[in-house]
Amino acid sequence: MAYMTTSRRKFIKISALGLCGAVASTSALNLVGGNSYLNELVAQNVIKKLKKSATYCEVCFWKCAAWAHSDDQGNIQKIIGNETDPHCYGRLCPRGTGGVGMYSDEDRLKTPLIRTIIDGEETFREASWDEALNLIASKFKYIKDTYGSESFALLKHGSPGKHLEHLFKAYGSDTIAEPAYAQCRGPRETGFALTYGSWVGSPEPTDIRDTKCLVLIGSHIGENMHNTQVQEMSDAIDNGATIITVDPRFSTAASKSQHWLAIKPATDIALMLAWMNVLIEEELYDEDYVKKYTTGFNELKDHVLNFTPEWAYGITTIKPEEIRKTAREMANASPSVIIHPGRHVTWYGDDTQRARAMAILNALLGSWGRRGGFYFKEKISVPKFPHPKYPHPKWDWKNIGEKFPLAQMGITTEVIKCAVPSEENSKKYPVKAMMVAGTNITKSIPNKKLLEEAIDNLDFMVVLDTMPMDVTGYADVVLPECTYLERYDGIRSATNREPSIAVRVPAVKPKYDSKPGWWVAKEIGDRIGLGEYFKYDDYKEVIEWQLDKMGTSLEEMEKIGVKHFPRKSGPLFLKEGQNYEFPTESGKIELYSKELKSLGFDPMPNYTKHPEPPQGFYRLNYGRAPMHTFSRTANNPNLNDLMDVNKLWVNPKVARLIGLKTGQSVWLRNQDKITSTFSIKVRVTERIRWDSVYMVHGFGHDNKKLTRAFGKGINDTQMVSKTMIDPIMGGTGMRGNFVEILTEDPHKTAEI
Amino acid sequence: MVIDTLKCVGCSDCVVACQTENNVPIGYCRDWITETVNGAYPNVELELKSERCNHCENAPCVRCCPTGASHIIDGGIVLVTGDECIGCGACIESCPYDARYQHPEGYVDKCTFCHHRLEKGQLPACVSVCPTKCMYFGDLDNPNSEVSRLLKNRKWKTLAPEAGTKPHVYYLI
Amino acid sequence: MQEEIFVSGRNIPNIDPSLEVWHWPISVYLFLGGLAAGLLLFAAVVTILNKDKEYPTSVKYASMVPPVALSLGLLALVYDLTHPLYTWQLYTIIRLESPMSWGAWVLLVTTPLSFLWVFSYFSELFPKWNLKFEFLKNFEKFLKKNRKNMAYALVPLSIILGVYTGILLSAFNARPLWNNAILGPLFLTSGLSTAAATIILLAKNAKERHLFGKIDLALIIIELGLIVHMIMGMYAGSEVQLDAMHLLIGGEFTLMFFGFVVILGLIIPGILEAMEIKGYKVPVAIPAILVLIGGLIFRFVMVEAGQITRYLY
Repeated sequence: MAYMTTSRRKFIKISALGLCGAVASTSALNLVGGNSYLNELVAQNVIKKLKKSATYCEVCFWKCAAWAHSDDQGNIQKIIGNETDPHCYGRLCPRGTGGVGMYSDEDRLKTPLIRTIIDGEETFREASWDEALNLIASKFKYIKDTYGSESFALLKHGSPGKHLEHLFKAYGSDTIAEPAYAQCRGPRETGFALTYGSWVGSPEPTDIRDTKCLVLIGSHIGENMHNTQVQEMSDAIDNGATIITVDPRFSTAASKSQHWLAIKPATDIALMLAWMNVLIEEELYDEDYVKKYTTGFNELKDHVLNFTPEWAYGITTIKPEEIRKTAREMANASPSVIIHPGRHVTWYGDDTQRARAMAILNALLGSWGRRGGFYFKEKISVPKFPHPKYPHPKWDWKNIGEKFPLAQMGITTEVIKCAVPSEENSKKYPVKAMMVAGTNITKSIPNKKLLEEAIDNLDFMVVLDTMPMDVTGYADVVLPECTYLERYDGIRSATNREPSIAVRVPAVKPKYDSKPGWWVAKEIGDRIGLGEYFKYDDYKEVIEWQLDKMGTSLEEMEKIGVKHFPRKSGPLFLKEGQNYEFPTESGKIELYSKELKSLGFDPMPNYTKHPEPPQGFYRLNYGRAPMHTFSRTANNPNLNDLMDVNKLWVNPKVARLIGLKTGQSVWLRNQDKITSTFSIKVRVTERIRWDSVYMVHGFGHDNKKLTRAFGKGINDTQMVSKTMIDPIMGGTGMRGNFVEILTEDPHKTAEI
Repeated sequence: MVIDTLKCVGCSDCVVACQTENNVPIGYCRDWITETVNGAYPNVELELKSERCNHCENAPCVRCCPTGASHIIDGGIVLVTGDECIGCGACIESCPYDARYQHPEGYVDKCTFCHHRLEKGQLPACVSVCPTKCMYFGDLDNPNSEVSRLLKNRKWKTLAPEAGTKPHVYYLI
Repeated sequence: MQEEIFVSGRNIPNIDPSLEVWHWPISVYLFLGGLAAGLLLFAAVVTILNKDKEYPTSVKYASMVPPVALSLGLLALVYDLTHPLYTWQLYTIIRLESPMSWGAWVLLVTTPLSFLWVFSYFSELFPKWNLKFEFLKNFEKFLKKNRKNMAYALVPLSIILGVYTGILLSAFNARPLWNNAILGPLFLTSGLSTAAATIILLAKNAKERHLFGKIDLALIIIELGLIVHMIMGMYAGSEVQLDAMHLLIGGEFTLMFFGFVVILGLIIPGILEAMEIKGYKVPVAIPAILVLIGGLIFRFVMVEAGQITRYLY
């Protein structure tokens, strides 16, 4: 049915003749606005011709392909998802839709800044790109000549990170790490790699849209906005799938679950061991699958013999009938069941073992490689633009992380320790300079004391960012990068059901004096004699060359945005009775890990008791909100409008004890006597357990240049001073910090 | 419009999409998300709803408008003609859903069901962006449309039915 | 425990956390409008009953107030508009369903009429000033002859003027405090009583003062009755209406409402006027001024408290 703007219902209309009179209010003599066009907005949208540019979003790591709609004045009107993209299917998440704010934010970094001393105070002065780049190049040369290239470290994330990684490797340094490994998903990659021989990867190969049972252990899909996962979870709900959520907090996912197991924090492994017990003892596991594809079943059976639901009840406070009921539901749905591996899994230090438990459960239920479980992901490899071979550094991130035998990427905290003179590693592998690109390490890396000590001892620190985040306050040189909407970047090729690629084409020119990451890398490279590695004038040439080699062209990609390629590695799922060799040592799924045993770790997961909050303290839990990405978007005008501050979730029982009301401002002090800089408002809610408090991560910014985000809420990373290091791969468990709630401003009393 | 509260996760994508599509100034919104929590830990219930102007059949805002700027067009959409609005605020007072607001330029503004997109055959911005696909839009007069079928097969409710406004936004529960 | 919150950070100016779209200009206009309506009604009725010679203040002196009051009121209204340049749009259409439209049109007709009424008494009111132009003098004579007709016209107009503001508020069923049928007559009565008080203040002879004192007393009693009626109606209403009533009784507005409006604005003047009728010597100004203040504060309380009451959340 057409929605036509026909005339409205006829009313009694009287013309405005001669009724002016002495009535002061009627300004009938004023003829302003006498035209007949209707709604201003209709006119605006009809008149405005918008240009569509292909891009993929960089607000988070999901990299949804999108169309940026810009007008002829260089303003970006809106960003809409690409319909053919398997990451978003035409629907961007709120951060992607709010990406316009990243471009229009007037608090953006505008020019390069160099640290200087004015009137005895350290401050930044504006500098030209030439000056900043020359300074950086001279420092690169200095570090190489004095200590060796390896001593220049890179902490990175995302697209700018990729460009700088190329520069650093060309320079001779592989001292590279990203917080996404040791502070986020590292443990699950190692845990699943030990079991199945392959990482979980990003996006996760979970076939949620066809699943019959989705089990979320701490994962809060719906509050984390992993686009395809949320979309597929919605499909699963439509199909009547059962959702089981294990979480001490009543998350949004928990509200959509048939079973919410309100578990006691830090006891998840016990629950999973009990599930294994039920599945094995009641013979509910997938016998054929286990027999054909796994090894170590008998050891596992013996191992979990005593981990009964009754034993787990005492630890987790979840009733034995619940444990049995949910295990049976999972088995009922098998193989279309997913024990979701989660994403940010660095919780208590035994996280690799917990990931192993998840992987083992999936194997028992036969879901890996089966429809409704996990599919075999594939991506297409993008040809590398030709450059000379990278020099071989004397030591790199592997050496730095040698204590952690199964670390498969650089461990940020270990790299940082190498800059602290009192740490052992700093003598063997001295880190003297650091570049930070695309990550706000003061919010992503815990233990601020260590971080500040490391930064203090550096000879030089460069930060490349789009916004004046807290980390820029520590740098010697700050470089303003333009946002993803203003630059070319590498071709996106991520693992999925079907390989696909997406391009990023600038929609508008860079604002202010900001420059793309690839340009910064090339300029530094050219200045330190590495021009051979950057044989192009514009990154566009690289993309054109790569696309040409892949059988398409930049012209075509600019029209379609996303291109799909056929699978080459075989079908998505295992066929009935098919022989399949898993990329593990034994060729089979390893329920019992010989590798772990040989390294001196538990070959099968065990439950270890973790410290509990003492009297008067509450465990600090943190999570995400769907309208924000980490700390990156707190200042974005569109997203700040949705949520400008985080709140402290407190259980009503606790509120009554301490005497708190919703909206009251409180401060936090943790077990190491670290007090929060700012205050936070309380939200008294039944959704949180009485032994914990919860807040959304990414607030409490300390840089006044962030006009919308400064001082709003508390920075939870500041409260994480104790980290529990995972001995297997070096992940930093951050959920073992306890806080007390202070109703009086502690900074005031300190001054007195 | 039919919204499935069982699928809505309260991400507020509909709020941002509406802002960028309709040039809604920052600090104002034409739609918003509400969260209702009931019960006591661990027996808790949560409902998330995306709310906006309900384009009521018996719209009090249209009744009380002295200039006729608030009007209902064919199809049932309630619109405001900015040039006829004097900004008296009567419609804002009369809306039981607080769906209207005073635009900084002076006239009264609210959700228009993106009728400029409907004319082009597209769906409203909020419906087309929702990542959980929990929003449906269509012709209620057509018994075979998706919205009509959803209302026939699922339990639903409207907001403040006792206000007598006969709203056209339905929430599946 | 139940929580109802906004997740998307909604904080629209003047709407959140509670509605504040109508401010003091509206309350002032409601007061001035009611006052003018009452004065014009008294002037018209007294003229029609041919008692204008006995009660000159009500027809002559007090009727200088309505033109001023209406003009100021209209200015206040336009001041409160957010899109004032389009005010003329009000007069391109009559919307019978909208009390505000009636009001706009009635004001359009009544305000010039009140000016004309005063002008018809020009030479009696301002004997010292000489109307220079011949056509003005003829115009005044013409008006004097047609005064009765003007009075007949003014009766319905002033009643509508007095009652429509109450009907305007009561038509907003989204504001439980306003959504009762008694508000219309209540505003009319309040307007009449403030008009009577003004006449008492300006009256020059005792007879007029006493008459209007009695009228005012009667109006005060009726008004008190209507207020009680309104509150009992809300008490017997739905949850939202109970909440609304609690604002006035036992809530933020109790002092203003009971203290200023009911006690100081109605009961005490009522007692004082009763005493005066009985024969005690009471300074005339006091009950009159109290009634006026009470009327103004009543409008303020209704406008502010009404916007706080709501249907949802």
